Amino acid sequence: MPSLEMRSLREAYGRALAECGAQDPRIVALTADLGDSTRVAEFGRRFPDRYFNFGVAEANLMGVAAGMAMNGLKPFVSTFAVFAAGKPWEQIRQTIAYQRAPVRIVATHAGLTVGEDGASHQMLEDINNMRVLPGMAVVVPADAVEADRVTRWAASYDEGPVYVRLSRANFPTILDEDYRFTFGRARVLRDGGDITLMACGLMVSVCLQAADLLAADGIAAQVVNVSTIKPIDRETIAGCAARTGRVITVEEHQICGGLGSAVCEVLAETCPVPVRRIGVDDQWGQSGEAMALVAHYRLTPERVAAEARSLLAGG
Amino acid sequence: MDLDQLPAKARQLRRDIIEMVYRARSGHPGGALGMADFMTVLWYRHLRHDPANPRWEDRDRFILSNGHTCPILYAILADRGYFDRELLWTFRRLGSPVQGHPSVRSDLPGIEYSGGSLGNGLSYALGTALAARVTGRNYRVYCSVSDGDCQEGQTWEAAMAAAHHAVDNLTAVVDYNRCQIDGPSDQVMSLGDLPAKWRAFGWHVLDVDGHDYQALDEAFRAAAAHRGAPSVIVARTVIGKGVSYMEGDYRWHHGFPDEERYRQALAELAEAPA
Repeated sequence: MPSLEMRSLREAYGRALAECGAQDPRIVALTADLGDSTRVAEFGRRFPDRYFNFGVAEANLMGVAAGMAMNGLKPFVSTFAVFAAGKPWEQIRQTIAYQRAPVRIVATHAGLTVGEDGASHQMLEDINNMRVLPGMAVVVPADAVEADRVTRWAASYDEGPVYVRLSRANFPTILDEDYRFTFGRARVLRDGGDITLMACGLMVSVCLQAADLLAADGIAAQVVNVSTIKPIDRETIAGCAARTGRVITVEEHQICGGLGSAVCEVLAETCPVPVRRIGVDDQWGQSGEAMALVAHYRLTPERVAAEARSLLAGG
Repeated sequence: MDLDQLPAKARQLRRDIIEMVYRARSGHPGGALGMADFMTVLWYRHLRHDPANPRWEDRDRFILSNGHTCPILYAILADRGYFDRELLWTFRRLGSPVQGHPSVRSDLPGIEYSGGSLGNGLSYALGTALAARVTGRNYRVYCSVSDGDCQEGQTWEAAMAAAHHAVDNLTAVVDYNRCQIDGPSDQVMSLGDLPAKWRAFGWHVLDVDGHDYQALDEAFRAAAAHRGAPSVIVARTVIGKGVSYMEGDYRWHHGFPDEERYRQALAELAEAPA
């Protein structure tokens, strides 16, 4: 049974990275003055010769990572999501994605749950920005267990670059310790025939809670963890839509361009069904305590359940 | 190659540049022509490489940040035997590996970096140079940058980082022709005292005439010998060098000659009488 214990994804990442680094001398870690915040500093303490800080200069950070990746190393690059998938987007495009450089961009502090730092730091467009790049894999772990597994997978993924979205806040642990991550596959965590709830990141646990609320009303909701946004699992997504006929997507991201859009793209072509996208609707973030923000922007189990009932009622 | 053989080689490479751009009816001849002299010195006397083994792990790497000047790189690679010379005449054509800006995706032997977006290359070169430190290899990384590259902030991020990390297996070369697309760079966006800027960023600076083989040769030697800091050769070049109607004219940053101008250029670049 999953523990539901609140655990840090970036701690899991930092620890897993250090363990991978002990096994593989080609792994290096890079940051832009955020080694402690992103938890790559732990790797740095153990392997100082393989840890590089470039100060507050993210364009250079990405270019350096590309050069390393193309010359025998396995770079993990970490900074906040807004500074990873925002500021150096062009450098990622030209030097990493276009060259198919196997750089592991593991960005923390994504989404609203950055909290008090506010809008400038609450990255709500990163899934959009990264998935549009040809050859860029995009993975959004749902909890600390998945963050650990994804880190270990990324250490041996040499086919091309990958963007991994992590958080600042701790998430409920919803996966068992024996969970195995499968790149490119969406996972049905809970089956149900009435409606499908597809989510990534923190919103997966929100959907599991929403499913409990719906079950009390006799509605069987299916919950799917779409942790790989790119390449998206067309087969599972279409299969779920075929099963229930109604889909709700939930993400801590703009509803434009992220998981919801990706799911709509797939279903429009394979299994057109009504889809409701829940997320941040063309808004900016703001300062506040993480969970207060999630409630304020209505990314809650109650909201998801209400949308589900509405969709089922033909609304 | 001996120093006294370089002028003839450079002339040949210049003819190749004109031929490529003329046949493609597209390309950037000005910078390429201006760079031909320091590129000849570098590639024929300093760069450790093996055309028969383009991925030799210990090879010196050459990163062309100012990727638009690729005709000079392509001409050199063909001349050194990295690929069939006939490929040069497919420059910029659909399906050709000789892309308008170099692309590692084309699998063209000898291409280290997909240049084209100014400002990005020095960072890539820095990462390449740092990789040697971690993998325990002993190669040097050379990075060519243009005036335009030096206007991009990222170039200075890379410069700052290279000095901070004391990356002394990195040598940058500035194709300092003081021209860019919209005009002389002093009018568009002045770089001010460029050698002083590099010096202020902690680099070992060699300020040389970009067409003086002796000075260039000595500069590359001194750069490779310098310890504790990266080196930059600020090569003062003339855009379009070797073709009278292009020399010093920023408008030849890009563009191709018509047939009359093409023949005139080849005549001016003809083999010097023995």
